[in-house]
Formats: sequence, structure tokens, C-alpha cells
Amino acid sequence: MRTRVRELASYREILWNLVRKELKVKYTASVLGAVWSLLNPVVFLAVFSFVVVVLGSGIDHYPVFLLAGLLPWNLLNASLSNGSQSVIANANLVKKVYFPREILPLATVGVALVDFVLQSSVLLVFLLASGYGFVLATIWLYPLAIAALLVVTTAVTLLVAAMNVRYRDVQHLLGLGLLVWFWLTPIVYPGRLAQETLASVRVGGASAWHLYLLNPMTTIVSGFQRALYHSADAGEVLPDFTTGTLGALLTAVTVIGLAALWGTWRLYFAMSGDFAEEL
Amino acid sequence: MSASAAIEVRDVSKRFRIWREKPTSLKQRLLAGRSRAEDFWALRDVTFDVPSGSSFGLIGHNGSGKTTLLKVIAGILRPTTGSVRQRGRLAALLELGAGFHPELTGRENVYLNASFLGMSRRETDRVYDDIVGFAELEGFMETAVKFYSSGMLVRLGFAVAVHVDPDVLLVDEVLAVGDEAFQARCIERVQRFQREGRTIVLVTHALDQVRQLCDLAVMLDHGRVRAAGAPDDVVRDMRMAILRQDLAFAHEEGSKEVEIDSAALLVGDDPLGGPLAPGDVLTIQVDLRANEPVDDPVVSFALHDAANRFVVGGDTASSGVPLGRLEGKRRVRFHVGPLPFVAGRYWVTIGVHSRDNRHAYHVQDQRYAFSVESAEGGREQVFVPVRAEVSDP
Repeated sequence: MRTRVRELASYREILWNLVRKELKVKYTASVLGAVWSLLNPVVFLAVFSFVVVVLGSGIDHYPVFLLAGLLPWNLLNASLSNGSQSVIANANLVKKVYFPREILPLATVGVALVDFVLQSSVLLVFLLASGYGFVLATIWLYPLAIAALLVVTTAVTLLVAAMNVRYRDVQHLLGLGLLVWFWLTPIVYPGRLAQETLASVRVGGASAWHLYLLNPMTTIVSGFQRALYHSADAGEVLPDFTTGTLGALLTAVTVIGLAALWGTWRLYFAMSGDFAEEL
Repeated sequence: MSASAAIEVRDVSKRFRIWREKPTSLKQRLLAGRSRAEDFWALRDVTFDVPSGSSFGLIGHNGSGKTTLLKVIAGILRPTTGSVRQRGRLAALLELGAGFHPELTGRENVYLNASFLGMSRRETDRVYDDIVGFAELEGFMETAVKFYSSGMLVRLGFAVAVHVDPDVLLVDEVLAVGDEAFQARCIERVQRFQREGRTIVLVTHALDQVRQLCDLAVMLDHGRVRAAGAPDDVVRDMRMAILRQDLAFAHEEGSKEVEIDSAALLVGDDPLGGPLAPGDVLTIQVDLRANEPVDDPVVSFALHDAANRFVVGGDTASSGVPLGRLEGKRRVRFHVGPLPFVAGRYWVTIGVHSRDNRHAYHVQDQRYAFSVESAEGGREQVFVPVRAEVSDP
């Protein structure tokens, strides 16, 4: 594994170049370019501010709550959707040039990360400009949540990228899987609601809430929400964890995620030996 | 790893799965089981060293595994068993302009392509102006390459390829396409790499190119090393192997109104059993078949030595034996000799053509071969019979 990391490091230039290429290709020939990335959360903020005024939502500052969880989800979603195609889309390179094949899915994670940073900065600027601000007691969860998100995203992206070369089912399955995964994660609805509803339900001897927590994105999204969302009713919206517990959970997700990453990386490397033939 | 080897190939085998109908979905794969896959060994127990600083030719007929081997050395394919070790920086030119993206500008594509060939940004900065100059694309570098002509794209890809700075360069025969000027530049560049003491592995179909450029060669046949050593020997073995197994490989042309039905090399009336000795008479027997009546065709032959130098030739017209109007079958014999040949291998070309030599009915280019052995073992430049006499003065 150490040799893989060293190999990857010596080819990092290709990784940067691929990320740069993807971003350029994405925005070239469009007049606004990267502004489109920034516009996305701006429109979300505007639309949901309006919707909430009209409908009422029961959640104070709903757009902040929503975007806090939606932006990390977008990173996962884009990484997996594009990552699963990354090897196939670059078939010509894979067949003609040597480079560590991990670079292809890693580059899609990199592209998604750039988008995440751009969109998050819009959110952060909005928080400052609107006077919503930050709370120092919880903001330290933000870097922890980002670390957990990147580790989990990379691990799963490597898995789907490798599997999709051999079984093209994966791309179809992935679309459905992401839909289910999205609704199993407290992004649009309050995590507290899920906790209260599921805590009393038992599935085969286990609490349904504990099963729900097995989804690493629940912890990660809750972490982002706790870090950024601090309205008066935050206690009734977010799952009932102390900030310390959430920090520990995020660390646990990161550690388990690193173990999973080690596993999927090895699997990816083993399968990548056949990529040039399978394509 | 021996100190002088740039590449060490050890017992490399590569198995491909041939799917009759390739299952790319889970359902198909589960239902198909293993029965529909067939194993195909593209490489079998391949072992050789490429010495540092040498130019190494990989030859073999189509499907012999030479491109697979090149990809294994480059790391694109992983060997099923065995290992490849390589020292120094390696660049593989299997395709011009790998990674070119139509939406990116010429400049961006140069940097992208160069990074795939193992060059860092700083190294590319250094040679960037040379690349643009070489490609003759000044003024187009900020244009997206989707607006380039195909010629411009090839020039740009080639310009980057020749500015790579590897210790070991792998070149596939795909680079041998293109017009003559392009090929001349390729060869000029390969020779410059040689002068700079770099290691080059060249996969090619052009046997003469191997003899011209390489100091070592390996011939693959159905995935195994068939011959290895000096290019002249390997190329000769290659020709022999090809001719014995795959007559279609020998170059043939003609409109076939008259065909060479069969041809044989004889000594006296007997087929050639082994090597000839200097002084023997070789008989070249040609059986013709006219598919339609032809007036006064001429049969000719030519002998070339292993270095492809013309040695001797002859034809029925200058020998004063006109064939007249040819209908049905006819047999022609050339008696060549006594042979003043030195030891070595010789190749026979046979042709049937019109009297003015403007129209070829059927030509078989270097399809037949024989060898000559002498007591001197090939040290002599020419065979001259020597007679010794002892007497009292």
C-alpha cells in the first residue's frame, strides 16, 4: 500500500492536469463559466427562502439547514455518478498510456471537491452577509465533517468505478441507490424527526435508529448541520447528540472510512490490471 | 537485476479471456458461468533482457503478441505470471496525442499530453517553444484543437512525442504510419535518441527497419520467443518461419493471366535436401499455368543474399529460350552455377512478365531460400576454386 501511495504521489501531476482539464471542459464555451457553480446555491437560497415564506416550514432558517446538508451530499453524488464512468470515459487513455488507474476516479472526486468549495464559499459568504454568522462552539466540527466526507466518498467512488468496468449494471444500480441513500439521510427533513420516529421501532432486535445511524452520511450531514446551523430551534431539528459525541462519531466514521478506503483501493488496484482488456 | 539491463522480462505470460459473447452485466455473468470464456495465451514464458543503451527490435507476425508485450513492459497490462523490471524513466509512444481533448487549446493539450508521457510542468515549460516550433503551429496554440485540421493534430502530437526525455523509449508501429517525410523524421529522431545513449524498444513490421536501426532483436511467434540476438539473424529466422508457415506473408503480385503453379529448388533432378557447397549447380524449376493464352511471356529469377543485396539474376529471353504462345502448362528450368557463392543464406525471387517487362503476370518476392556452406565457414569474400599441384621443377 505504501508503494501505491508513493506511485500515486509521483504521478500527481497527471491528477492535477485531469482535474484542471475536467473543470475547463465543463465551463469552456459557456459565457459564465464557473459562475454557474456559484449560481446553484444562490438560486437554492433564493428559492427556498421564498418557498418557506409562502408555505412555512416549521424549521427556522430552512435554507441554511438545507444547504448545510445538501452541499456535502452533492459532492458524494457527483463523485459517484461521474466516478463510476471515469474509467470507461477514458478508455482510450487506459488502453494506450500507463499511469496509476486510481487517478481517474480520484480526479472526479477532485472536480466535485472544487465545486463543493465554490458552493460552500457562497453559503459561508451568505451566512456572514445575512448576519446569521457562526458559533465557535460548533464550527470545529466543520473540518472533521469534511475529512469524513472525503474519506467515505473516495472509498465508495473507487469501488463503483472498478465495478462498473466489469459490470455495467453498476451505473443503473447507482442511480437508484443514490435516490434511496438520499432519502435515508436527514438532508431535507430534520434528523431529530427520524430519531424520534425510529427510536421506538425495533428491527430484528436492533433499534431502527441505530440501523439508520449505520449510514455514514447521516453522521457526516449531521456534522455539517451542527457546525453551521445554530438557530434557536436547532436542538429540536438536529439529532440529539452533544457536540462532543458528534465529534467522536465523525472521527469514528473517518477511521472506519479509512479502513474501507484501504480495502476498496486494494480491490481497485487488483481489478485495474484488467482494465485495458475489459474496455 | 543485472547492472546493464534497462528492462528485464522474466517468464512473462499473459492470458486473455476470450468471451464468445462478452458478458458485461451481472446477470449475464452469473448465467454464463465460466463455460463461455476461452483462455488465450498472448504471451508464454517470455524472458529476455534489454541492455541499457541498446536499440531493441520486437518483431513477429500479426497476433504474435508483440504489442501485448510492449503494453506489459509499459505497465498498461499486468502480466498473468512473471515479472517485468525496468530502470530509469520510461515513456511509451503507442499513440500520438494521448489524452488530447477537443475542447482544450493547443497549449493546454501539450501540457496534458506531456504529463502522460511522464514530463513535469517545468520540463514541459522548457521545451514548449521547441514543441510549437517543431509542429509549425505558432499562432494556433490558444485555439481549441477541435478547430485543428487532422494534419495539425498529428503534427502537434508528434512534436510532443519527440520532445519527451525518457531513459527508455517504447515505440509502437502505429508511429510508422504517415507520409514519407513524417517517417524520415521519426527515424531521424530515433537515431538521435540512440546517439544520446538511450534505450529504445521498437515494435515494427518493417524488417529492414529493424536491421537498419536496432542492435538486438527478439522475434515472437504465438506468444513465445522464437529467436533472439543480432537483428540480421533474427530477421532471417523470421523470414524462414514466416515462409514455412505462412506463405501468404511473402510478397506476391501480378495480374495472374499466367501463374507460377509451383517452383522448386533442385540439385540435378533431386529436391534440395540441405545446404549447397560452393561449386554445386543449382536448378530453379518453375511450373507455369496459363489461365488464358498469353503471347511470349518471359520467366525471370533473382537471387539476393541475407543482407538483401542482389547477387545474380537471369531470364528466359536473354538466355535465348522464348516461350512462345503459352497455353496450359509449361516447365522452365534455370541451371545456376557452378555456384561461386560464399557461405550464407540466399533468397530466390521468381517472376513471369511480358517481354517488354511492363506487365507483371506473377511475381513471388523472395519466397524461396537455400543456404551454402563452405569449408571456410563464411570468411571468404568470394568463392574461387583453387587447385593445388605438386611437381618436380
